[in-house]
Amino acid sequence: MAVSLREYRARIKSVESTKKITRAMELIAASRIIKAQQRAQQAAPYARELTRAVSALVTYSNVKHPLTTEPENPRRAAVLIVTSDRGLAGAYSSSVLKEAERLAERLRSEGKEVVTFISGRKGEAYYRFRNRPVRETWTGFSDQPRYENARAIGEALIGAFIADSDDTGDAAGVDEVHLVYTQFRSMLVQEPRSVRMLPLEVVEGEEKPDADEVLPLYEFEPSPQSVLDELLPKYVQSRIFFALLQASASELAARQKAMKSATDNAEELIKKYTQIANQARQAGITQEISEIVGGVNALADANAAAE
Amino acid sequence: MANTMQVSLVAADREVWSGEATVVNARTLAGEIGIMANHQPIMSVLAAGQVDVRTVDDGHWVAAVDGGFISVANNQVRLLCEYAELSHESSYEEAKRLLDDRKARDETTDN
Repeated sequence: MAVSLREYRARIKSVESTKKITRAMELIAASRIIKAQQRAQQAAPYARELTRAVSALVTYSNVKHPLTTEPENPRRAAVLIVTSDRGLAGAYSSSVLKEAERLAERLRSEGKEVVTFISGRKGEAYYRFRNRPVRETWTGFSDQPRYENARAIGEALIGAFIADSDDTGDAAGVDEVHLVYTQFRSMLVQEPRSVRMLPLEVVEGEEKPDADEVLPLYEFEPSPQSVLDELLPKYVQSRIFFALLQASASELAARQKAMKSATDNAEELIKKYTQIANQARQAGITQEISEIVGGVNALADANAAAE
Repeated sequence: MANTMQVSLVAADREVWSGEATVVNARTLAGEIGIMANHQPIMSVLAAGQVDVRTVDDGHWVAAVDGGFISVANNQVRLLCEYAELSHESSYEEAKRLLDDRKARDETTDN
């Protein structure tokens, strides 16, 4: 045996403590997922009402708004990538970054310049390590995003969208805004998704009002235009908030899954090491016995020879 | 009941209040608006300020909102605000913290 019994015991101990940590992280993630889902549910009424208001407004008034107008010749596209702040969540961050790469590739093949915005430290680190330019980053809230975070991101993105795309340099405007985040399908399945957010296509919302619902003939005060001016940025922010909430639930689910398999692996390792350690111990005992027996035999032989 | 309406006050991250009410008073960009049951459909922009609601059982609540929308249709009043807080749920410490935050943010943007 190359490694002594003592060393195996030390390994078992260290794996055991790792297992305790991963187990604790798994439980924490599990308890937070429920909270994250509740938050997503609580945010739903606002998103629903806002979508309803926007579609009513767009249906009943023919006002144009910069946020809904398709630029004739899109040249620059912003991509917001929603990643996590912390690792140990399996492939969560890398799969959303991969999706972002695919999207960026597609945009470039359409002849658009890509401007990157990132939420979450993992994405920030990924881009910094590769020395790629990032317009703006937001960090520190990936596991429980607040509405303020969505608002800050929304303001920056809308600002970039409104700005003139003929400019160059740091404040150059963009013609499109895309959003890459992870959609929470279930505890087991989280899918990275990319959607185009701006210019807005109002009809496709996360929660459409029922098709047979007749929208009332609203009167707008002070004017449809001013209501739209207020409403659309909020709509954008609410969709970003929705994406952040989905991403946080996905992150927690991914972490729970990753930590569960880490705990299982630790258990396997402990089992394996215990077996080897037992074998080593047994081998030691056997060897001792055979040495004693050998010694006794040798002694008996010597005595026999002397007599 | 004929002269009541369904009111819901919805903030970005939760539904703050919903129930039956008789009168809603709010401040819009175009001025004060008072809504009673069976009001005509209207959609308007709320100014930051307070919303005042008289509920069916002679109750009354006031909420602080930071602007948003009011939409009235089919005897339903929906108040959508990014932040909304009922007066009897808000605390002085929380309000002070928010105010300090806001001041700090304004100072950094001013510079």
